[in-house]
Amino acid sequence: MQSTDKNVSQSITQVIAASSLGTLIEWYDFYIFGSLAVIIGQQLFPSDAGASALINTLAIFAAGFIVRPFGALVFGRLGDLIGRKYTFLLTLVLMGGSTFLIGLIPSYSSIGYAAPILVLILRLVQGLALGGEYGGAATYVAEHAPVGRRGFFTSWIQTTATLGLFLSLGVIVLTKNLLGAGAFADWGWRIPFLVSILLVGVSIYIRMKMHESPVFTKLKAEGKVSTNPLKESFQKKANFKMVLLALFGATMGQGVIWYTGQFYAQSFLENTCKLDFNESRYVLLWAILFATPFFVVFGSWSDKVGRKWIMLTGMLLGVICYRPIYQYFIDATNVREFQKTELKSASDPVVKRTLVKDTKDSLITTTVFKTLNNGMTFKEATVVTIPDDVLATYPEPQTLIKDVTLSGPSYIIIIALVFFQVLLVTMVYGPIAAFLVELFPTKIRYTSMSLPYHIGNGVFGGLVPFIATLVASFNGSTPLSGLWYPIGIAALSFVIGAVYIDNKGDANVAD
Amino acid sequence: MNALKKFLGILWMLLGPAIIIFLFMQASEKIGLAAEGIARTNTTLQWSIIILIFIPICAGLVIFGYYGWKGEYEKLPRSSADI
Repeated sequence: MQSTDKNVSQSITQVIAASSLGTLIEWYDFYIFGSLAVIIGQQLFPSDAGASALINTLAIFAAGFIVRPFGALVFGRLGDLIGRKYTFLLTLVLMGGSTFLIGLIPSYSSIGYAAPILVLILRLVQGLALGGEYGGAATYVAEHAPVGRRGFFTSWIQTTATLGLFLSLGVIVLTKNLLGAGAFADWGWRIPFLVSILLVGVSIYIRMKMHESPVFTKLKAEGKVSTNPLKESFQKKANFKMVLLALFGATMGQGVIWYTGQFYAQSFLENTCKLDFNESRYVLLWAILFATPFFVVFGSWSDKVGRKWIMLTGMLLGVICYRPIYQYFIDATNVREFQKTELKSASDPVVKRTLVKDTKDSLITTTVFKTLNNGMTFKEATVVTIPDDVLATYPEPQTLIKDVTLSGPSYIIIIALVFFQVLLVTMVYGPIAAFLVELFPTKIRYTSMSLPYHIGNGVFGGLVPFIATLVASFNGSTPLSGLWYPIGIAALSFVIGAVYIDNKGDANVAD
Repeated sequence: MNALKKFLGILWMLLGPAIIIFLFMQASEKIGLAAEGIARTNTTLQWSIIILIFIPICAGLVIFGYYGWKGEYEKLPRSSADI
């Protein structure tokens, strides 16, 4: 008996490793584009705003929102028709291949508009593949996992999104530090893209050695595989109502909690709080490093107490805590206020004069590096435009703060607060694969779970930066106003989940 | 709880169209504010994508509300046979 348990355990370990490694690489691929979007824009797009601006918008904006749900439908259907193993092998090849090729695209100066068009095509392929990957991995692991431990085993896949982000940030920071900012912007940015092919090769090798899911194999042998998974998933009311429940009661809230904790936090620290580029990334890296094990903790716990309330508690805590947390970010980095009482030293001003593009006006930038008594440092740049026309009115000089670095205690508190946000991510995200898998029958599981998952993550989550910026543009808004979007969506999802979802799911995934 | 599910169903049915109307109003305002030329085309493109994506999602919310109101969620499936 002990020996059998050991064999099952080893087999599950291999299944998790094969599924998780592939998903990790897919997330790594997806994140490096986001992190390097500015550099890619400079290298592969012309500097003037023309047709390329449209392509750029489409490449960055559309791939996540339009293509992912379609990928979920296309690959979900394939997974329910031909099997889980080959479908998510295909998504891996498409994702890894397109990432590698982005790293090889010649710059705009070499091949002109072909460069941004190629980026767009490869981004769309990436988005499609990502839409199909997660459902396959979650289904594959869940269909191997023993009863009562499905939350624990599938939660390992949940760690891959975080680890993919962690790996991508790590590779980018390492490459940048090794090469220097100049070489990195010139050609070094290609390295993280090219590195992915090695990871993909390893993952393909591992996945090729795996067997098809036993549950799907049995279904196929019995001739019970669905002939039209899309129709059965979305036209059959009994199943469609569960798709809607999964979307509005779980994945919608999970998506915004995830994107707020792992993306908006970093973006807020960098853009609103003007935290130094590397420092804002280190904050996220530490937070993720400490929080990632909790995916497994909450996934495992959900096997004992049910999935529902763990996920909903994560959403509720986000609703309650986001505003005080982000208010602290603003207060802790408010160097304009601190320098009134804490200014220790200021460097000699560095004055730089440049011509404003396409005019004869001059731009005078005066930069001073300041240090405060509390250990914080920052750059203060005063920018003034000197009109070429001597009779023209001089515009008001603008003072900009940038590259803020934090003092010890503030730095640690900010890491702790980002850690707390990622902890909420682990609460909503850890149990969700098992929750979704248990909601749908085997023959249409891949299709049925993939769509709500990707709408929740890709659309509701992916739109956090866009809608947060939109809300922040309303009259009377403050830097915290953007948070109303994730707070509102998480609150809505919490109410729907609390009222409509049953904590006792269908534990049998073999039917 | 079933009465609450039904009552909230009406709310979800109203919320779907309200979100779409709000998005159209925002799109119209933001496109109008964007500078002529490529910036306006880009803003139009972004808003078109958002509205295109949210129309089916809001339709889904209305259907979800309708199911809630009709009592479809009073008893959830206990096994795949119920689906």
